Order: sequence, then structure tokens, then C-alpha cells
Amino acid sequence: MKIGVITFPGSLDDHDAKRAVRLAGGDPVDLWHGDADLKGVDAVVVPGGFSYGDYLRCGAIARFAPVMEKLVPAAQGGMPVLGICNGFQILCESHLLPGALIRNEQQKFFCTDQVLRVENASTAWTNDFEQGAEITIALKNGEGCFVADAKTLDELEGEGRVVFRYLHGNPNGSYRDIAGVTNERGNVVGLMPHPEHCVEEGFGPSTDGLAFFTSAIKALANV
Amino acid sequence: MSDLSMTPEPGHEAGAREHHTDSNQIIAAPQTDGLDTVTKAEASPDVEQPWAELGLKEDEYARIREILGRRPTSAELAMYSVMWSEHCSYKSSKVHLRRFGDLPSETPRGKQLAGIGENAGVIDIGQGWAVTFKVESHNHPSYIEPYQGAATGVGGIVRDIMAMGARPIAVMDPLRFGALDHPDTARVLPGVVAGIGGYGNCLGLPNIGGEVVFDDCYQGNPLVNALCVGKLRHEDLHLAKAAGKGNKVILFGAKTGGDGIGGVSVLASETFDAEGPAKRPAVQVGDPFAEKVLIECCLDLYAAGVVEGIQDLGGAGLSCATSELASAGDGGMRIELDRVPLRDSSLRAEEILMSESQERMMAVVEPEKLDEFMAIANKWDVEATVLGEVTDGEHLVITWHGEVVVDVPPRSVAHDGPVYERPLARPDYLDALQSDSASLLTRPSSGHELREQLLAVLGSPNIADKSWITDQYDRYVMGNTALAMPDDAGVVRVDEGTGLGVAVSTDCNGRFTKLDPFIGSQHAVAEAYRNVAATGATPLAVSDCLNFGSPEDAGVMWQFSQAVDGIIEACRSFGTPVTGGNVSFYNQTGDVAIHPTPVVAVLGVMDDVSKRTPSAWKDAGLALYVLGETRDELNGSEWACVVHGHLGGTPPQIHLDNEKALATVLIDGARDGLFASAHDLSSGGLAVALAEGAVRHGVGASVEFEQGNAFVSLFSESAGRALVAVAPEHVEAFEAMAGGHGVPATKIGETGGGALAVGDLFSVPVAELAETHQAPLRKVFG
Repeated sequence: MKIGVITFPGSLDDHDAKRAVRLAGGDPVDLWHGDADLKGVDAVVVPGGFSYGDYLRCGAIARFAPVMEKLVPAAQGGMPVLGICNGFQILCESHLLPGALIRNEQQKFFCTDQVLRVENASTAWTNDFEQGAEITIALKNGEGCFVADAKTLDELEGEGRVVFRYLHGNPNGSYRDIAGVTNERGNVVGLMPHPEHCVEEGFGPSTDGLAFFTSAIKALANV
Repeated sequence: MSDLSMTPEPGHEAGAREHHTDSNQIIAAPQTDGLDTVTKAEASPDVEQPWAELGLKEDEYARIREILGRRPTSAELAMYSVMWSEHCSYKSSKVHLRRFGDLPSETPRGKQLAGIGENAGVIDIGQGWAVTFKVESHNHPSYIEPYQGAATGVGGIVRDIMAMGARPIAVMDPLRFGALDHPDTARVLPGVVAGIGGYGNCLGLPNIGGEVVFDDCYQGNPLVNALCVGKLRHEDLHLAKAAGKGNKVILFGAKTGGDGIGGVSVLASETFDAEGPAKRPAVQVGDPFAEKVLIECCLDLYAAGVVEGIQDLGGAGLSCATSELASAGDGGMRIELDRVPLRDSSLRAEEILMSESQERMMAVVEPEKLDEFMAIANKWDVEATVLGEVTDGEHLVITWHGEVVVDVPPRSVAHDGPVYERPLARPDYLDALQSDSASLLTRPSSGHELREQLLAVLGSPNIADKSWITDQYDRYVMGNTALAMPDDAGVVRVDEGTGLGVAVSTDCNGRFTKLDPFIGSQHAVAEAYRNVAATGATPLAVSDCLNFGSPEDAGVMWQFSQAVDGIIEACRSFGTPVTGGNVSFYNQTGDVAIHPTPVVAVLGVMDDVSKRTPSAWKDAGLALYVLGETRDELNGSEWACVVHGHLGGTPPQIHLDNEKALATVLIDGARDGLFASAHDLSSGGLAVALAEGAVRHGVGASVEFEQGNAFVSLFSESAGRALVAVAPEHVEAFEAMAGGHGVPATKIGETGGGALAVGDLFSVPVAELAETHQAPLRKVFG
């Protein structure tokens, strides 16, 4: 299964995302921000980092990259897409996901081993989890506070589109403790924590991140 | 567009050149009015020059005139002034630093690939891999402008590592601040931490350790040191030299602005006046995004094999890069300074030479590889400009719109700066200080007092939990971090296939070095060495950042000389060469100098980092042992400081052979999987090690000492010791192994329960330990 990982100028976790894809049994494919070409991949990870230095607004410049011209319609057509941290911000800026990410409530970058509850285990990136599972995933960001208007939040809750919720304390002030959300179809998922840092024993707080990537491979196999 | 220049924004360059033929090129009149050229200098020998304002001494100015056989032009004067500053020339420390060269250069893993004199030392770690590491100071800028000072400190050390051909893989920051509750600490510390995080996080480099120490002596002179580790294959080693006539000299990265002009000479080489003017304009401003793309661009350039020589631009900017590259090569160099892309078109030639604008590198490239070089730079949107070329002359010649403004022997700028044999004198206060032993202090007389004092030490600023700081750093990026703070040393994987990796720790107990700089600096080496060994890594090499007061004070120079000797003696015993380092003088305000603070970084290697030993236990039922000998040694201890506000006596004894034996036990034990945890005993002694072990995973411990021994056992800071937790099935093998190496292993109790219990003397619930440990920084910073 070919899973593309986009590198923007300032992407940091692209290498880690590729490692995670590999360890999950997929074939990672390099995608370049400047090439409007998805190279025939089956799914895409938009990795974490500081694309374009987070200048203007996190993800606001990356959303206009040539590769996004191909990614947006592919995602709308059902291709599994995972946005992690800066990738989540880019997907929100691209309107593939609702809401926005603003500066952490504490006004500081914060790195911690975060416990999450899997609220929706039927998306393309979570079907390998048990519904309600509690997982520990590395969290590290300065602008991870998820916000949306009340109506959108109610819709997300009502449609089961809140995919992850923070447990044991809200690390950044996200509304309703939301750590990750999905689109109506369940193929596009974005979250602030970093599953790609949790795929190997001894490196990172857990190996709970591996199931994100095995989920996508399963989802693709079942298509 | 000229074939010599690639500028994404044509028309925005300062000045204009005939062969820039873009139609939208702005053709401005060359800014040569009032330009001081070599011709003018020859014709006007008696012009008054501002050498004193630029930080030069009268005899230094006379020497420049002697070298050149004329007065320097203003551009030459600018170059000499920054390059002959204390920061760049090491003029006060050179005679002492040379002694590091007497150490054998072999590490326990073999030869060094590059040593002192290069941007950073490079050591072989096996399997075709090498690592390079270095620690540097950014103290003065960080005091003036904490965020930018600390941020650009990270940026500078990362470029040093890149300049060796390496990919940076981790950073660490040894920090020293004044009192935690002082209002100026509230200004400096959050800014420094945010700057380190803001820059390092954006570069995608895991921050895996460092230190945070609070002491009144750093109130007006905080220390912000930054360490970077890089990895490279042996064949990728790059050195900074400009060789090969006709090779192109390329400046690439950010544009040059007016920031940091005179930063080195004005800031790093002058003591702060208590009432002086604000010096903020001389602090550089960083752009981590520009550095991140510069890193990726450099690594692509190296991989393509298009770089002959490479040099980072740091302190002294282009003055340093051009003169160092040229003097390390085999010929001369010619540079057209008006080609430098500028952010501020009003900058004069001297200012461009002195500017310390960040995120810039200089490369020497063969003409036939120029196109490929430019294509790679273009891919990363990195601006690259050919400034000139390597010549077969002997001089570095710099022109400004065709006029020669610099014509110097490059070595005279880069390496033949003044060398001072500063007077040394053992400070008069030392006898009184050393005779004021902590043995005279009142000791706790009951279990209750012991308990109270343990909590006082655990909740003191230096021992307190530092996660308020370290949680602002990304420790996970790159996915290779096997250990990070608060573990004893940071451990990162170098090779994903084999698990080969490195461990790094930085240490210096400034109280010990104040009491005795020779013994204290041996403690610094020994503690970092022990911390690296505690993870299971074999220590290989040392880098240091020597932070001291004014070299013009004979007492400070004596401390410096003693510290160098102490480091050398420890390194000789451990077989670890000093591969590089940095000196920061003038860390004093008025007559008050900081404690001598030679921060020592030790780097070690592990063949498989998955076997590393963490510093805290996770399980109950493990046997707890103290390795090494505990003596009644409280001088300079955390206990004496916290409980009695006392600093006096001579530091604990140091036995380098015992340290080596202990390291062998820790390394072999890790290899054989004998340890559930291993924690070096240092500040706060066993009391703090036990409390930290219990707090980390919420698993307590019960320990017991011989009657009357509890106080010394808990609070002594004897060197050469570690606390290890051993599973019952490994106890026999462990005891035999420790005995075989002649290291005393004293069983003191076992892990488990919800409290730290010390015999029938006292007990503290783990929750109370945790609360006490976490309170100090949270109380001040929220």
C-alpha cells in the first residue's frame, strides 16, 4: 500500500511519518510541496512541523502549495488523508476539516505524553482501535487549541466526528477537549498529537501510534 | 541574470553591477562616497581611527599597522577588531587552551577525524559513523535580549555542526540564572527558555537534556550555553578551507542586515557596566525557518558532492568566514563585497563585514559544479550568491564597487591575533573560604528534622523539577530519542538499522569550582562521565564551555588555568580527548565575577540504545544498591547551601580510578541487562536520587542505614557513586560483577510502596515528594 508523505519547507516529522508507514507495513512515498503530483499513492500523511515557518498563520501558506491542488480533490473523493499537528492545521486551512487551531491557552509550546480517548474507531485512520480505547500519544505544539463555533461543535459531536478527546487534563484549551476530528466521510482525520512518534518500543511514550497506520492499510485493503 | 549570481528577487540587491542585466534591475549609483580604500589609507597615514571604540588596545592597533605596513582602512580595522576580540581570538585563553592539545587524541573507539581548530571535533563511533558535538556560550546577548540571544545561540551552534558536513541530531542547553525569586530572573528565564524552544523546536531538533542552576552569582550574568550533536558518515566530513584557484566563493542563506554589528567585540568581550546604556541593537535576530531550510539545503549539497569547503557565519560574520576559509586554504581569496544581498541597502562595507545576521553559510565550489549548487539552493528557495573566488595570491582582497577596501594576509586576521600571558594569582579569599568547612554546621538530630531537611533540599530551586522548562522543548522529533531529561543523560539513536547511538551529558557544579577550581573541574568531567556511563554508554570525548569572569582579573585567570588543568587531568585518566569548546570571559558585573563555571559535555557511544538504562525505576520489589563509597563530605553540598546558606571548605575528594571502575560496572551492567535503573549521585546526594526515583513513576522505596549514618548517607555528595535498582534474579550476577571491578555495592533497601521510608526515622508519601519537587518553578512561573 503506497502512502505518500508531503514535505513542505519547514516540515519536521516527515521522516518519522515515513518510518511509521514502513513499520506498519506500508510503502512510504515522498511527495514534494512544489509538485502537483500525488505519484499514484493510495493515502497521504500531511506531517507535523512548521511549514513556511508558521508565518502568517499556521498552515495558511502551505494550503496554497501546488501539491494541495491534487490533494484536496483526492481527499474529497475519499482518499485517506491524515493531518498531524501542522498537517491538521493545513487541512483546516484547506477546509478539508472544520474548525481552526489557535495558540495554546497557556501561551507556551508544550510537549507531553498525552492520554487520549478514541471516540470514533470507524474512520480510515482509527479502525484498528477499539472504540473508547485510551491511548498515550506524544503531544508537542504551540498552537494546538482547537476552536470552532458552537453549531459546528454540536454537529461534530452529533455526527460522531470527534475522533480523539484529551483525557486527564486539557493541555491547550481545546474546546470540548477535542484532540482530533474527521470529515463527514471519515477518510480525512486531523489531530494535534503525534502518532508517528509512538511506533517503536523505547522511542516515544508508547507504541499506540502504530494502529493509525495499520488502520489506513486495512481501510485501503477493504476498498 | 548573470551566471555568477542567483538571486530570487532580482533588483533588490544593494548597489548594482554592470553584468546584472535583468531588465528590472535597479541601477543605483555605487555607494562609494567617503569610502576608505587601501589607496586612501596609503595616502593618509595620520588619519585618527576609532580603534578604542572598536575594542582594540593601543598596542593591538600598532600591531595591525605593522602587519600592513600602513594604517588599516576602516573595513580592515573593522575586521581586525572583531577577529582580535576576546570572543574570536581567544587571546587571553589561548596559552592555556593549548594544553588540551597535550592529551592523547585517540578516543576509546579510535581516532578523531577532526579535532580542536575545526568548527567542531569529529569522532569515530564505529560502523562507518562519526559524530560531532560542541558546546558554546551565548551569555551576554541572552542577558540583554533573552529570547533572541538564546535562540541565536542554538542557531549558531547548529551551523557549526552543519559546517562539518553533519546532520544535527540533538541539542541541549546548560543554563545558569540568578535567584529563582529575583525579579530579573522572571525577565530572563522565560525569554531564554522560549527562545531555545522557539528556535530549536522549529528546526526539528530534539532537546534531550542540559542543566538549570540558580545561584545569586549569576544574577547579572546568566549563562546560556548551547550544545549540538551531529552525525555523519566518515566520507562526508567537510572542512572549512578555501583551496583550488578559481573555485567560487558562495554566500548562501539569509540576506545580510544590520543586526549584531559588533556583537562579538562590543558584547562578548566587555564587562557590563552596572549603569551602562542598553546594548540591544548588537543582539542578532534569528529566523529558525531560514535555518531549517538551510540545513536541508546543506545536506543536499553535501550529498551531491558539490562543496569543496564550507564555513558557517557566526560571530564576526563575513570577516570571520572569509579570513578563516582563506587562511585554512592554500592561496588567497578575492571577494566583491557589493554582491552581498542586503536587507538594508544603507549598510556600509565595514558594517557588512561585521554584521552577524543569522542563517548564513559560505561555501567554496568548483566552477563546473556551480550550476548544480545553484539548482539545489533554488530547490530550497535559499538565496545563493557568488561573491568571488579563490586566487593563487597570498592575500584576502575585498572590493567595494571595484575599489579595494581590504587587502590583508588572512592568517593575520584569523589566527595571528594577540596572545596574552595574563597574570595569575590565587585569590586571597580562598584560604578563608576553604577553612570554613561544612563540618561545623549543625546537623539534624531527629527523624523529623531529617525529613524536613530532605523536603527543603528537594524543594530548593536547583533540585526542583524543571519540567516547566523542559516541557517547552520538543524531545520527540526525529523519533530517535531513547532518553531525555530528566534522565541522567540524553540518548539518541544514530543508525536506525543497528540501534547504534550516542549519550550526552553536560555538568558543572559551580560551588565546587568556586571552592577549588582544579578539583571542581575534575568533578565536572567526572559527573558528566558518570551520567553518560549510567545510561550504559561508553564515554568517548569531551567538549567544554568555559564560563568565567574577567581575564583582566588575576584571580579569575588563576581559576581558569586551574580549571583547564583539572579538566586535562580527568580527561587523561578517562582516555577522553577534549575535541573542542568555547571560552566565555567577562561574565561579571563590576568587580563581582560568577563562580568559575567550566561546563563539561561528555559524549558516549552505545552499540544498541534500546539497552540503555533509565534513571528511575518503574517496578516494586527491586533491590536498591549504592555503588561506590560514601564519605562524610558536605562541603559545597546542596544541603549546606539550602539548610544553612553555607558555602565553604574544600570540595569532596575525587578519585578518577574509582570513577572509571564505577563506569565499567554501569556499562557492563547495562550491556548484560542487570539494571532496572541507574542514577548518578551528585547534587543533593542519595536523598535527592531516591526522591527523584520515587517521584518519576510513583513507586516508592524503603531504605535503611546503620545507626547514626542516615544523615551522611542521605546528604553526602561524595563523588564516584550511583544508585542502581536490580531485579531479584540479577542480584547475584550484579554483586559478583561489581565486586570483580572492586566497586563497593551496598544494599540499602528496595523499591515499592507509596512512600519513601527511611528505616524507622521517617517516611514521606510519594505524592508529597512530588508536590514538593514540582512546587518551586510552578510557584514562580505558573
